[in-house]
Amino acid sequence: MIILPQIHNGQALPLKDVPELAVADFRSLVLERVRRGRRISSLFGMPDGDQIMILAVLAHDSQGRLELCRMRVHDRYPALTPEVPQVHWFEREIAEQWGIVPEGHPWLKPIRFHASYVPGRDAWGRDKAMPIEPCVTNYFRVEGEEIHEVAVGPVHAGIIEPGHFRFQCHGENVLHLEIELGYQHRGIERALIGGPNSRSVHYMETLAGDTTIGHATAYASIVEALGDIAPSPRAQALRAIALELERLANHTGDLGALAGDVGFLPTASYGGRLRGDFLNITALLCGNRFGRNFVHPGGVRFDPTAPTVDNLLIRLDKTFEAVQNAVDLLWETPSVMSRFEGTGTVSRQDAARLGLVGPAARAAGVDLDVRSDLPWGIYQSHELPSVTLQTGDVAARAYVRWFEIQKSIEFIRDMTAALPGGPVLQEVPPSAQDHVAVALVEGWRGEICHVAVTNEHGRLRHYKITDPSFHNWFGLALALRGQQISDFPLCNKSFNLSYCGHDL
Amino acid sequence: MLRILRARLKQGYRTIRFPDEPPVLPEKYLGRPQWDAGKCQGDCTACIQACPTGALNKSKGAVALDLGRCLFCTDCMDACPAGAIRFTAEYRLATRTREALVVDNRPYALAKALDEKTHKLFGRSLKLRQVSAGGCNACEADTNVLNTVGFDLGRFGIQFVASPRHADGLLITGPVPKNMELALQKTYDATPSPKIVVLVGACAVSGGVFEGHPEVNNGAASIVPVDLFVPGCPPHPITILDGLLRLLGRIE
Repeated sequence: MIILPQIHNGQALPLKDVPELAVADFRSLVLERVRRGRRISSLFGMPDGDQIMILAVLAHDSQGRLELCRMRVHDRYPALTPEVPQVHWFEREIAEQWGIVPEGHPWLKPIRFHASYVPGRDAWGRDKAMPIEPCVTNYFRVEGEEIHEVAVGPVHAGIIEPGHFRFQCHGENVLHLEIELGYQHRGIERALIGGPNSRSVHYMETLAGDTTIGHATAYASIVEALGDIAPSPRAQALRAIALELERLANHTGDLGALAGDVGFLPTASYGGRLRGDFLNITALLCGNRFGRNFVHPGGVRFDPTAPTVDNLLIRLDKTFEAVQNAVDLLWETPSVMSRFEGTGTVSRQDAARLGLVGPAARAAGVDLDVRSDLPWGIYQSHELPSVTLQTGDVAARAYVRWFEIQKSIEFIRDMTAALPGGPVLQEVPPSAQDHVAVALVEGWRGEICHVAVTNEHGRLRHYKITDPSFHNWFGLALALRGQQISDFPLCNKSFNLSYCGHDL
Repeated sequence: MLRILRARLKQGYRTIRFPDEPPVLPEKYLGRPQWDAGKCQGDCTACIQACPTGALNKSKGAVALDLGRCLFCTDCMDACPAGAIRFTAEYRLATRTREALVVDNRPYALAKALDEKTHKLFGRSLKLRQVSAGGCNACEADTNVLNTVGFDLGRFGIQFVASPRHADGLLITGPVPKNMELALQKTYDATPSPKIVVLVGACAVSGGVFEGHPEVNNGAASIVPVDLFVPGCPPHPITILDGLLRLLGRIE
């Protein structure tokens, strides 16, 4: 029986305390833990001498603890994906980044289309003189006389980020959708190594700009864990307010956009504007609609005065009233509900097996929310119960957002009513050497996971970012099975995943 | 139906009066930075050290700031021991040339209208195709918001269209990753001439925080000719709208 070190969310421990297991032991341990209900929050490779160290972060949601283990591999190891489907994307990432082959992976393809980080080693044995072209790869194909293929992207019809979608269709019906990304790859993880430096926090704010607060909070928690300090209660409360405002803005925008995708213009029109009203409330705190420059290691950079907090509350109430009015129209309009219900269904079992996170998982009955399962900061003392539904369709993903809007409003009201006093920003001591730290945050799309490993000088030896979209893109592909191709925009919006957060 | 009409009444008329009236900006809004050269100490380089994107430069004791690189992050302001730097509420930032984004002691050269011939074509109807090329979805969101009832871009004859074939020009966001270069080039080529190009955000203008990464192109200017530069990270929607309206000669 191997005992793994258990840490709470936002804790650091010496890397040497993370047991290094033989490949076979690592594999059987992860399989056994997942069978007993653990989730894989992160699984990634990093260089270790001339080998690659693979580190796993297992979330033990019912106990509110995280477990870590690692193994070292040369150039191949037996893939976990056949038994643990939720790591399928992680193993593709490991193959692409480090040229390691997870043997037996059923669909081993690149996910971002860049050269391997280990010169001369490529998981697919590609000719290194040939350029790697984005999304030029083999695709799953359905053959047959009446089968046709639809390819969409990278440049889409709306103001949206780029990605490539291939539909295998029989008439209007989609038999299979395959999603390939990588157009947004900016090399963020690679650029973080050797930091922190003057750019680090700004990478966090722009790796997925609509989740500025979520990723900046995870990063700040990592730096604070490595420096062994906790931000003041006031700073934690302000971070939580900003995080819930980010959720409010995006959920409201999504409900408006869902209305737009079924041609229901009233809510579509109000939703877009009301999203902006929430963004403007965030700007009250820090001057920027997306919360740039607000969260910083050690706390937050702006301290609202009492009149600002009062103003925030007044605008919050006013905006919420208008959101309620706009969103109620959706549930009361049969033509909207008939398009939402039964469209893009993901079963509870599939959602759990694939490791979906956030509203997409909760809509399918998977009760998962970092705020209640692995609470950090102020969420440890102020519970925010999660909301789950059962049907796993577009309607459920819309409803979950509406319920979460209401909970976030309540939470911000409670928070502002008893906002702790004190300073908001403190100096963070230098990071501990040869440590590993993990921070999870429930962003508006779901679980954000950051893992940092420091070197002997306390600098970043490796930094792993997992945006919720990384888990959920395949969920969208699954939701499209058996749907009409014309339902794609609606299904897509009901997930509303990040391209840049995935591509990094 | 009655409910929908009632909701319509409740939601009210929400379109801002800009450009006839000045915009309402957040109290803490961070606009064009300004500094007091008198306070700046000769050999101090604290602001230059603190800037994440190398936007600040000092030669012969005089500071120059490249707004095309600026993230409006206030790191320089916080680092300055003399308190010489501050961010004003000036939201008008768009320029016609890259050079004009470098702020020193010259007056700031805001964007001028298109030449007469191009203006005649696009002045009353401008269709743009948006291309996100490594954008983080913030510039995209604050461009998209111009379509909402709050800004009602349509009243100026400006519209975002679904195909480059239907467009008079491109509005580009993001540092243009190498993986997106070909797609951007093809979209530009697919847009019929004459056409214009608008860059929105520090990434599209200079690469922003990603400048120098081997994975990106440091913005779009090396790939396509540019007619309007809108700096910011992301620019406020009003800054984008102001730039577009200046380009069309609707604001002077």
